[in-house]
Amino acid sequence: MENKVIKRTASPIDRIDATGFSSRELNARIRELAHNGTERVELYNVYGQRYIGTDLDRPIEVKIFGTPGNDLGIFMDSPRITVYGNAQDGCGNTMNDGEIVVHGHAGDIAGLSARGGKIFIRDDVGYRTGIHMKEYGDKKPALVIGGTSQDFLGEYMAGGILILLGLNLQKEEAHRTNFIGTGMHGGVIYLRGSINDFQLGKEVGTAEPEEKDWQILRKFISEFADHFGYNAEEILEHKFIKLFPLWLRPYGRLYAY
Amino acid sequence: MKDLNETNNPYCDDKVIDACSIFGMMNTTGERFSGECVIRAIANMHVRGNGLGGGFAIYGIYPEYAGCYAFHIMYLSREGKSEVEDFLKDRFRFMTAEEVPTRRTQKIVNPPLVWRYFLEVDQQKCNGQPQDDYVMDRVMEINTRIKDAFVFSSGKDMAVFKGVGYPEEIAEYFCLEEYEGYLWTAHGRFPTNTPGWWGGAHPFSILDWTVVHNGEISSYGINRRYLEGFGYHCTMQTDTEVIAYAVDLLVRKHGLPMEIVAKILAPPFWDDIERCPEDEQKLFRTLRQVYGSLLLNGPFTVIIANHGEMIGFTDRIRLRPLTAGVKDSVLYLSSEESAIRLICPDLDQAWIPMGGEPVVGSLERPIVSKGVTIAERNEAPC
Repeated sequence: MENKVIKRTASPIDRIDATGFSSRELNARIRELAHNGTERVELYNVYGQRYIGTDLDRPIEVKIFGTPGNDLGIFMDSPRITVYGNAQDGCGNTMNDGEIVVHGHAGDIAGLSARGGKIFIRDDVGYRTGIHMKEYGDKKPALVIGGTSQDFLGEYMAGGILILLGLNLQKEEAHRTNFIGTGMHGGVIYLRGSINDFQLGKEVGTAEPEEKDWQILRKFISEFADHFGYNAEEILEHKFIKLFPLWLRPYGRLYAY
Repeated sequence: MKDLNETNNPYCDDKVIDACSIFGMMNTTGERFSGECVIRAIANMHVRGNGLGGGFAIYGIYPEYAGCYAFHIMYLSREGKSEVEDFLKDRFRFMTAEEVPTRRTQKIVNPPLVWRYFLEVDQQKCNGQPQDDYVMDRVMEINTRIKDAFVFSSGKDMAVFKGVGYPEEIAEYFCLEEYEGYLWTAHGRFPTNTPGWWGGAHPFSILDWTVVHNGEISSYGINRRYLEGFGYHCTMQTDTEVIAYAVDLLVRKHGLPMEIVAKILAPPFWDDIERCPEDEQKLFRTLRQVYGSLLLNGPFTVIIANHGEMIGFTDRIRLRPLTAGVKDSVLYLSSEESAIRLICPDLDQAWIPMGGEPVVGSLERPIVSKGVTIAERNEAPC
């Protein structure tokens, strides 16, 4: 599959056959290439190696063919990772900057504690997506999901932008996600498609998106559409719901008296 | 109850935090296959375990003795062995008895003796008891009364191989690449609250049932007490044991289907029940009332197997992972998708079931996953 947004550069592509590599060996090899000035690297036969892209602090392009292991892109600071396959649990864990694009689904806790950068997932995500994402100043992570989500979406979310598009839902079909935004105390969730009130956590309120929300949605949905070959306008025509935290400290009254 | 202090926590590792790995593979046509691919798959999740337990269950392994109860028994001493053999000779007809073949490897240290016996039950000795009940009672007697002996498995045409080591090391030790079966489950252990010893490795088994488990059953005490009322005695010092006995009770003795068993072990929340149609409300309320003591609390993913059936599910809020995959007639269940892809890169479907919703593979009917969230919709290439 061709990725349309990759800029053509003159730099050669390094290829790594990851067969038999441990997580540590594979990451050491990528780090070494990055250190030597490689700008693009393709990984083949990836089967569960963890932490791919960790500790990289330059905008190296990493394409992964296979199934990367848990904590893909953990702590990374500006690489662009594209996965041609599904991601496992903990994708984008505490990433600081960069981009992860998954041409498939992702497991649990995608975007866990992310503090910057962007994650685009074409299909569905598992439990606790965006748990404890955070933001500070101009560091504001964004996570866009093309499909639907399992429970506890945006749990304990403290900042950042979470967009759930539900593109694979049937007409009139609601998201099945329960406990959305439980413990949420910062950031924003945009949902395309319908939900019932009982699916929301007690700490979130709902609103119609305003013009500044649509600006955000247009920006990230355009990028999403470019990555996966969708028409952004068609996606944006649909109704969206904005979810926001009702309190800055939802459990403040519980523990302090 | 016999003294287990000697085997208790020999590695002084009583509190570590990670995860186990579990894997299951079943050909729903019943065609048998070698364990080679299962061993590769579980070995791919090596980092999830720490070498303190590995094991496999194989169904369809002994077709030449398909009618016999195949007892795999671990002995910690010669005395245990002779005492058990006297016990068995009095109560069963011996077809064959042999040491389970092993190969010397550097990784497996200080292994116990493991023997297997193919036994038939003399109907006269049952005193009117069903044969399975008779066998179960004898297993409990060996586990609780005879020193230095533990029954690893006791079903027909199935077997459990397990011990202290990484699963691929246990497979090498027991020469598992030489066996065939139509259903395999595998486990790599990272013991958390209970000791890493040979009996504590997974799978846990009674009769034809086996269970591999990732997680922690915090309701162990209440589950165990409930099961003791039905003659099940927990002797392996590990929470997972209660699941094997619970499914034996619910399916074999109480005649419930596996989908209902999943709703007993991981029941819907009361709030969810209230939103169900009326007949389902009645069913779920009844199950929670009658079988409240078998609710499994805490984080878990399990793969439960029986003759002709493999079922996988997680706790209701999925605190442990499970991915399912299908290729033609083969169902895969795994802690991580990468392990499935390693041995089957071109799956027809790969999906992550909702918490508490069982994925069922059966020889009798097509592969079932209620409330599939990914497979039905994901037509795009992976």
